[in-house]
Amino acid sequence: MSDMKEFHGRGVYDAAAVGKVFLLKHKKTQVRRTHVDDIKREIKRFEQAKALSISQLDEIYKRTIEEVGSEDAGIFEIHMMLLDDEDYNEYISDVLSKGFNAEYAVALASDYFCELFAAMDDDYMSERSADIKDVSERVIANLKGAAQGEGLNEPSIVCADDLSPSETAELDREMVLAFVTAHGSVNSHTAILARSMNVPAIVGVGDAFLSSLSNGSICAVDGGSGDVIVNPDEGTLEKFNQRLSADKQELIRLDELRGKENITLDGRSIEICVNVNGESEIGAAAECDASGVGLFRSEFLYLEGESYPSEDRQFDAYKRVLESMNGKRVVIRTLDIGADKSADYFELKKEENPALGLRAIRICLTRPEIFKTQIRALYRASIYGRLAIMFPMISSVSEVEQALALCSEVKQELDECGVAYSKDVEIGIMIETPAAAVISDRLATMVDFFSVGTNDLTQYTLACDRQNPQLEQFCDTHHEAIIRLIEYSCQNIHDNGGWIGICGELATDLSLTEAFLKMGIDELSVSPPFVLRLRKRVRSLNLSR
Amino acid sequence: MKSFVYTITDEVGIHARPAGLLVKKANEYDSEIIIEKNGKICDATRLIGLMSLAVKQGDTVTVKIEGADEEAAALEMEQFFKENL
Repeated sequence: MSDMKEFHGRGVYDAAAVGKVFLLKHKKTQVRRTHVDDIKREIKRFEQAKALSISQLDEIYKRTIEEVGSEDAGIFEIHMMLLDDEDYNEYISDVLSKGFNAEYAVALASDYFCELFAAMDDDYMSERSADIKDVSERVIANLKGAAQGEGLNEPSIVCADDLSPSETAELDREMVLAFVTAHGSVNSHTAILARSMNVPAIVGVGDAFLSSLSNGSICAVDGGSGDVIVNPDEGTLEKFNQRLSADKQELIRLDELRGKENITLDGRSIEICVNVNGESEIGAAAECDASGVGLFRSEFLYLEGESYPSEDRQFDAYKRVLESMNGKRVVIRTLDIGADKSADYFELKKEENPALGLRAIRICLTRPEIFKTQIRALYRASIYGRLAIMFPMISSVSEVEQALALCSEVKQELDECGVAYSKDVEIGIMIETPAAAVISDRLATMVDFFSVGTNDLTQYTLACDRQNPQLEQFCDTHHEAIIRLIEYSCQNIHDNGGWIGICGELATDLSLTEAFLKMGIDELSVSPPFVLRLRKRVRSLNLSR
Repeated sequence: MKSFVYTITDEVGIHARPAGLLVKKANEYDSEIIIEKNGKICDATRLIGLMSLAVKQGDTVTVKIEGADEEAAALEMEQFFKENL
């Protein structure tokens, strides 16, 4: 076979899939204009199709809240409201009253309001025409008695131009092997859903990809590299199949470890927690059988918006993650942002050396109002679970003193307003500067726990920019200096009755798991797919040997 | 009739989500609530209408409230605008 074609896009979820293509065409449903005699009956038909559409959307809305979260589900609530909009309905009744069929009335209303939005001088608003189209097509499909996403009845690679939220949510999940879209971004609905479903997805592959497909084409998808291969030759297929069966075997083996303890053969146990990058990953975190959340990166709440997230906005997010973990500990790291990872509204000055610049706790202590808003949101949320607060980029005793003083201020203000908060919130700091590790004997007396951020600790200890590929040979992540700093911090916090975790990349390094256990590390925090892999490693070790 | 003038501070203006919230809020009252921007007016219970006003950050809108519960509605709507828009 020589018709193999390769395409490339941005991979969203690192897994592979091979299968038949299911080409999801946007149903530009043909609508015919007819005259009806019984206008009342036609109005009733429309009302029924509308009610059915709203109940379908409501179901999708609730399901999406459960699976992905309320932020992403909001669009379906807007869709329901659009269907109930008076202007939209008046337009339709107007057409119906002239004796036209309901399908035609809805299509006409759709075109009218789409054009209204499309003509608006605002990218965001002009995109809303897609929402009008999406809901109108649903009503038309219901009038015709045809369900959307129909025809997907064997496990397939779902390919489309782009997927609308309702199209994505309505697909039979059991039948989706992967998503590939010609357009769309890594933050699109497709991408978010793919992550929550643990299927590979590749977005932004380009139009040429779609035109190369015919029904029944075979596609091989690698969500890690972003490669999509249409009609793969035998050699390629063989390679993919090997990877698939190896992945599958491993997953089955790992899945058997669900619910089991993280304990070595000789009985030493450790907590394996999960790192969570903002709200969109809460669902995945809750399902990976972790001992808790070892690191919730709160900066994602700041990076996604165009101004500071309000106290209530933050409170909602923290409450959600706390509730989703059902009483397991959730460590939320306060704002860790700097010139290299920032939002424009912070108006940070450009720095020669952002890694050594105004970042993280340094911003918080120079702009206490931002910090206090976050601390207040955290304490207010603390009653919904087991919260621990962690400060990043600590390098001195005085920084910890100042941060703790601001926490006390916030608690006092909450007391004065009679707002409830938990009295058992643990406070910890990141050990990610050599300075913090070296004075960890003193810092350990001030806080309940340490968490080692190995990425920064490595870069600062070895004076190696971790983004610089030329330095790879010098950036030895197993360097004795780093291991000693971690070990020293570990001893100090234990001497003071606290605990210590590791939340950087090094936590996933299976060749170090044994060393960490021997040191006495209490917790390792990793991304969701690593939780069971790490458990497997821990259970295979015997420290007494 | 009660009215107040408000300048939008939210950086995205009255786009879909806030418009949805506004419609819900406006539906809580018996009073008729009208949003006016540059001479264009819209009933606050109409989502498409609100969105098509294209109210952006920095735009000034006049909110007019008329009806039996206009006192309470005006107070609470103003509060709503301050909190959400």
